[in-house]
Amino acid sequence: MRFMSIVTAPRSHQYGNPTPELLEAMGKLADREIKAGRMIDNGGLMPIDQAVRITIANGELSVLDGPFVEAKEVIGGYSITEMASKEEAVALAIEFMQLHKDHMPGWEGTCEVRAFAGFAGS
Amino acid sequence: MTAADAHRAVLAIWRIEQPRLITSLARMLRDVPLAEELTQEALLAALEHWPAAGVPERPGAWLMTTARRLALNHLQRVPMLERSHAMLLRELEQDQMLPPDYDATLDDDIGDEMLRLIFTACHPLLPYDARPALALRMICGLTTAEIARAFLVSEATVAQRIVRAKRTLTESGLTYETPRGEELTERLSSVLEVIYLIFNEGYTAARGDDWQRPDLCGEALRLGRVTVAIVPHEPEAHGLLALMELNASRTAARTDAGGEPILLLDQDRALWDQLQIQRGMRSLARAEELGGAGGFYALQAAIVACHARAARAAETDWLRIALLYAQLSTVTRSPIVELNRAIAVGMAEGPASGLAILDRIADAPELRIYHLLPSVRGDLLRRLGRHEEARAAFETAAALAGNTRERELLLRRAREMGES
Repeated sequence: MRFMSIVTAPRSHQYGNPTPELLEAMGKLADREIKAGRMIDNGGLMPIDQAVRITIANGELSVLDGPFVEAKEVIGGYSITEMASKEEAVALAIEFMQLHKDHMPGWEGTCEVRAFAGFAGS
Repeated sequence: MTAADAHRAVLAIWRIEQPRLITSLARMLRDVPLAEELTQEALLAALEHWPAAGVPERPGAWLMTTARRLALNHLQRVPMLERSHAMLLRELEQDQMLPPDYDATLDDDIGDEMLRLIFTACHPLLPYDARPALALRMICGLTTAEIARAFLVSEATVAQRIVRAKRTLTESGLTYETPRGEELTERLSSVLEVIYLIFNEGYTAARGDDWQRPDLCGEALRLGRVTVAIVPHEPEAHGLLALMELNASRTAARTDAGGEPILLLDQDRALWDQLQIQRGMRSLARAEELGGAGGFYALQAAIVACHARAARAAETDWLRIALLYAQLSTVTRSPIVELNRAIAVGMAEGPASGLAILDRIADAPELRIYHLLPSVRGDLLRRLGRHEEARAAFETAAALAGNTRERELLLRRAREMGES
C-alpha cells in the first residue's frame, strides 16, 4: 500500500526555521526509511508566501500569487511511503511527529496519513 | 481500540524497529540466531505490555532497552567461557545504568550489520525452502503466522523450517560473518535468488486461489531496496530491483474486478503505475552504468522495460525483446527462456517462426509438466488459424496449471477455439 503523509502547521508555526536538531533528526529518519525500502520520496516545501494559487470559483478560473493572508493551515512537507499496512504508516508518522516534540519545543502541527487510491488494500 | 487493533499497532511498530534490534543484538552477541530469538522475546514483551499500558512515547527505545536487558539476562545465565564474554557482560551492565539516549535509535548505521543479516538468512548452506522464511522473519519482521499465510503452508511447517535453519546456522558456526570481495559477489546470487523467489511467489502464485498476492511482492521489493542500499555497487542487485519494480508496476492491471488474470497485451495500460515504472527504469539504468547490462536480472528487466515503454500493446518493440531473450538464452541455457523467446519471435516475425522454436524445445525435461509450453503453443496455433490443435493445446495446459484462476483462463481460451 502506498501512502502520502502530509505535515500541516498553523501559519504561525509553518516551517520557517526548523531547529538544526530537528532537521538532522528528520534527515536521519528519512535516510533510515529509504534504506529500509519503505520511503520512496519526501520533501519540504518553500513558504506559502512564494506559492501560486489557481482557483476555480463560480465558474471563473483565477491565478493568484502569494502571500495569502487568509491561509490558516499551511502544508510544510510530505513523504511517500510503501507500507504493508496503514498501521505501519501511522507508526512512522508518530515517530516523525515525536521528533518535532523532542527537537522543536512549542511547535504545533498535524501529520495526516492518506492512502493512495488504486492500490491493493486501499 | 480493540485488542486486535492494538495487536496490529504493536506489530506495525515492531516491523519498523525489528531490523535495528536484531542487528544491534547480533553485533553484541556475535550470534545471529540467538539475536533473533531474543528480539522475538522483546516482541512478546511488547505484545504483553503495550495493549494495556499504551504504546510508550518512544517505542523503539523501549524495545531496544528490553532486548538488551534480555541479552544481559541470557549472558548471566550461561557459563562464562571467554574474556570477551565477560567484557560484553560488563558493557551491557553499565549500559543499563545510563540514562536513555532517545535519538540513539536514529544514529546507528546498520548497513554492515544488515548485510551480514541478509547474507546469513540467505546462506547457501541453509535448506532452500528455509531461506525465504528466514529472510522474511529476520529482515522484514514478519511473524510465523504471516509467513505461513504468504506461502500457503501451515504455521507449524514455517516454524519447523525456521528452527531447523537456525540450528544449521548455529551448528555450522555461521552465526556471524561478513562476506567481502569475490565471496560477496558469489554469495549475493543466493540473496538475489531468495528475494526473486519471494517476489514470484506473490507475483504469479504457483498455488492457491488468488493469482497474485501483492503483499508478498511488496516484501520482496522492500528486500530488494534494502539490498541495493547495502551493496550499491553490485549491478545485479539493481537489475533485480528494476525487474521487480517494472513487473509490480502492472499489478493493478493484471486482474479484473473478479480476480481473473488479464494477459499483458490485453491490460489497460493506464492502470500501470508510472511512478513505479520510473523507479524501475532508474534501477535498470544504474545496473547498466555499473556494467551489468548482460546480467541475468538486468536482461529480464530490459525485456519488461520494452513493455513498459510501449504506450499501446501494438507499439511493443518485439524485435528488441526477441534479441534480449536470445542474449538471456546464452546466459541461462534455459528452455523456459527459449519458450519466452518463441513468444517474442512469434510476435516479431510471425507465429510460424515462434512455433519453430517451440518444436526445438518440446522434449526438454524441464518443460514436461510446465503448463506454459502448451499454453504458448496454443496461442501460436490460434494465430495460424489451426483452431482444433490450439484447443487441444489449451486443454493440455489447463490440466497442468496449478493455479485455479490460471486454469480457468486456459479453459476459457480452449472454449473460444471450439466456438470459432
